[in-house]
Amino acid sequence: MEFFDNHKKLFGTAALLFVVLTTFVAIMPAIRNQNNNQPLPNAEPLSADAVKGKAIFIANGCVACHTQQVRNVDMDKIWGGRPSLAADYADIHRTDLWRNTATLMGTERTGPDLTDVGNRQPSKDWNLVHLYNPRIVVKESIMPAYTWLFTIKKEPSKSDVVVNIPAQYFNGQDGKVVATQDALYLIAYLQSLKQTKLPDGTETPAFLYKKEEKKAAAANGAEPDGQAIFTANCQSCHQANGEGLPGAFPPLKGSPIVLGDDLEKYVDIIMNGYDAREEFGVMPPVGTNAQFTEHELAALINYERSSWGNNGKKVTPDEVKKILDFVKLKAAK
Amino acid sequence: MKSSSFIKRFQLLMVCTLLDAFPSMAQQAGPSGFSFSSATGLIWLLFALLMVTFFSVLVLRQKAEDIKNGHKRKSGKEQEHSFNAHIRNLNSKQISRLINYKRNTGNGKTLPILLVLLLLSGGSLWAQGTENQVSGSIWNETGILITIILLLIPILFAIIFLVVKLTNALNQSKNQQNLEDAEKLASYLRSLPIEEIDTELKKRKKALDFRLNNKELTGDQPAEDEKGLLQINEQTGLPIVAIKKKALPRPNIDPELSRMILWYLGCATFWLLFGTTIGEYVGIKFVAPDADHVSWLSFGRLRPVHTNAVFWGWASLGMLGLGYYVVPRVSNTRLANMKYGWYALWLINGAVILGTLCLMAGINNGGGEYREYIWPVTLLFALGIILTLINFLQTIARRTTKEIYISNWYIVAAIIFTIVITLVAYIPYWQNGLGETIVQGYYMHQGVGMWFMLFTLGIVYYFLPQQLNKPIYSYSLGILAFWTQILFYTLIGTHHFVFSSIPWWLQTVAIVGSGGMAIPVIAGTTNFIMTFKGAWYKIKDSYTLPFFLVGIIFYFTGSMQGTAEAFRSTNLIWHFTDFTVAHSHLTMYGIISFFLWACIYAVIPRLTGKEAPQITIGAHFWLALVGLMFYTIPLMYGSTLKGLLWMEGKPFIDGVILMAPYWLWRAIGGSLMWLSHLFFAYNMYKMLAVRHVIDVRETAIQKLSDSNSSAHTIA
Repeated sequence: MEFFDNHKKLFGTAALLFVVLTTFVAIMPAIRNQNNNQPLPNAEPLSADAVKGKAIFIANGCVACHTQQVRNVDMDKIWGGRPSLAADYADIHRTDLWRNTATLMGTERTGPDLTDVGNRQPSKDWNLVHLYNPRIVVKESIMPAYTWLFTIKKEPSKSDVVVNIPAQYFNGQDGKVVATQDALYLIAYLQSLKQTKLPDGTETPAFLYKKEEKKAAAANGAEPDGQAIFTANCQSCHQANGEGLPGAFPPLKGSPIVLGDDLEKYVDIIMNGYDAREEFGVMPPVGTNAQFTEHELAALINYERSSWGNNGKKVTPDEVKKILDFVKLKAAK
Repeated sequence: MKSSSFIKRFQLLMVCTLLDAFPSMAQQAGPSGFSFSSATGLIWLLFALLMVTFFSVLVLRQKAEDIKNGHKRKSGKEQEHSFNAHIRNLNSKQISRLINYKRNTGNGKTLPILLVLLLLSGGSLWAQGTENQVSGSIWNETGILITIILLLIPILFAIIFLVVKLTNALNQSKNQQNLEDAEKLASYLRSLPIEEIDTELKKRKKALDFRLNNKELTGDQPAEDEKGLLQINEQTGLPIVAIKKKALPRPNIDPELSRMILWYLGCATFWLLFGTTIGEYVGIKFVAPDADHVSWLSFGRLRPVHTNAVFWGWASLGMLGLGYYVVPRVSNTRLANMKYGWYALWLINGAVILGTLCLMAGINNGGGEYREYIWPVTLLFALGIILTLINFLQTIARRTTKEIYISNWYIVAAIIFTIVITLVAYIPYWQNGLGETIVQGYYMHQGVGMWFMLFTLGIVYYFLPQQLNKPIYSYSLGILAFWTQILFYTLIGTHHFVFSSIPWWLQTVAIVGSGGMAIPVIAGTTNFIMTFKGAWYKIKDSYTLPFFLVGIIFYFTGSMQGTAEAFRSTNLIWHFTDFTVAHSHLTMYGIISFFLWACIYAVIPRLTGKEAPQITIGAHFWLALVGLMFYTIPLMYGSTLKGLLWMEGKPFIDGVILMAPYWLWRAIGGSLMWLSHLFFAYNMYKMLAVRHVIDVRETAIQKLSDSNSSAHTIA
């Protein structure tokens, strides 16, 4: 054909077709989404420290393994209270002259999603230990150890943040492990990652592809798996052997709270967190974040009361339900 | 054909069975490993048992039929007919014995004739089949399944025993029958008058004794090869590898251009080695996360170093080098501007070196995959391909052919589109908030599909017909694939962000576009396969065609897998898992790298006149292919299990524990792939290195012509 034998017409047409399609599927939707979305009214901008921490997060390519998006599918429920919205990213702009915008949504989830990690794991101590070497707290983790964000000082000054690292993880060197400013910035960024609440009266978008069997199983009276709940929510601090981490997280093995009679206090700690003991890190409101039902809570309590040599009294969902309602009311106050 | 396809299916089954063993390994690895519902395995076992039983019953039935048929008595006419058939089927030895017998007739010996007809007798028998009419829900009950299997095992043994016994009885009765028939045949032969059959039999014996003397076609003269078609291998003896055809030298290539192409391909080889060494190390870190604690070598920094080095270093330079060969050749003219070619080489190499250093130092663009180089680095790359575009367009403008060969459509379009893609990806005006994500989806997929795939297809459209020595099957299919690729591929970028907060309609467009990709992929595959048609035999004496074939196979399977991954239902399972990693290796490695190797092995011997040893080319091919399989199959299997585990709401760390054995397999496969690249580098060295080995024949001729010319000067 004459038309195809003319290189200007041929390549001109191909280029035009490509540019037109590109405009319709990439450039125009991008501009529309950039201009038509505003940050949520109660969204908090990053603090100065968190901005520096985000730069470290970007520099070390953390996005290769950690997503920051809660998809609107049922299995993503564990990463946030609602699916992520365009508005959640609306306030992210170009980083600087050299670097592009970093929404850090990610395409691989080799490690956990970080959209709401500030609520899920707010403990600074845990984060520092984990950053120094993740395998201290999560045995099976394959995350890199960021030891270069720490220094070892023989006599740390008062302002230094000393991290309690088991000796086998720093090759017998003398001194204490001290977090560098960069490590603290990075933790500040991670702690700032919290899903913003939707304004009152806004309808929460639904999670799709709900799992039907789970509900059916619950209706049939099958109880949830307490061990799985423990692994997903408690194990990274209290450890699989229930012994915690000396100087950071208390043991549940032989714990007076786990084995004692004060069920109300026990449920209160799980649901609303705990910060009464100086020598240990702060416990976040794990149960509220994960939206435990009385069935899940009972399964978890029974698991903790019957593992690692613990031998406590079993509880029923009905017993827990009463306390749960009361504890929720107390938290609301 | 049938048996080979059966073997393939059997191998597939074996692979599946082997892989099925993994979940149990994973279970041992961690306290709460995941496993498929245990009923699945039992159902498979039950199914296998049922199949064996079914086939045994079929065999039994067949035997029974045979026995029934054997019992039918033969009428007189039929009997004579069968005797004649026997006589016709006598072999030469038997005929001479029969003639001998007839000569010395009166001797009452029977003829020991071997009969091979099937004559069977016996009764009919029906084995009890398995009638397990159990309703659907019971099939999920492990206990029930085990019971049925246990019941089936003795029944199965009984049936096998019955088959053996029956076969023995059958053979005995058959021999009895044969003996009777032989007796009858002998008496019939005895009764025949000799003169009636003598000439007939002698004629038959002569025909049976005919042998070729191997000189029917050639005659007794020595062979004459007027057109130089014969290539006789002087080194006889058992070869370790099959002897393949030598490449033909093409002397009329501009030596300057040739030198530049070799530099491109040499640099590409370096980046392949560098990039995959990094990739190998990154893969090992999944198994040994504490391999080092150096910031420059940490996982998050090295991963983009690997991807970018193999993308912009290896594949891009390799494609461009081959493009510099193809574009002037199919335009039948010289390259417009040699200088631009060298500048482009420097710029692109510079971009990858600088980019690698930046990434390792922690300077990156902010997250988007393959967009990790900051803009000043990418600018160098962009300038490189802009220079190439100008160069190629000018070359095509002064072509001496009327039409523009399809290769040049693909190659030039790929460069134009990539410039557009790069501009869209780096211009900041539409990159805030979600804009960045939409552009990222567009960019990462167009980079793959419009740069690597389109360019490589252009190269293959030249080299595949050239290596097969026949024209491409259909020009029109090539054109159809070209326009449909532009139409559909441009749309599919955002399928990397299905279920994210980018607009739902845009996700749907991407999924529909992914479905539409079936058209260019099927058109392209058909075109290549049909070009192979009638020339399949050439694969066995070529060392480039196997690379092409693997590339074509993965072009189809890898691309269609991409379509399959894009649907919402499959995204649920596979998104965010290592399935994507396996897919990108199947395509970037299986398609692009294999095609590039095929073309490199085809072109360099034409430029340098030197070939690599066949054994190391073979080692390269097989290690790369087997390595790729070890890399991708366990990763896909493990990721599927991981996706299902996530959907069940199991703890996240369970998925990490589950993947451990599959990551190990990936590291093993990756090591094989990496090893194959060492062989490739060695082959490159063999094809490129200037070696001072004195060729006896060449030197002798040179000496003759030298003495001739010196004689002339003296005269």
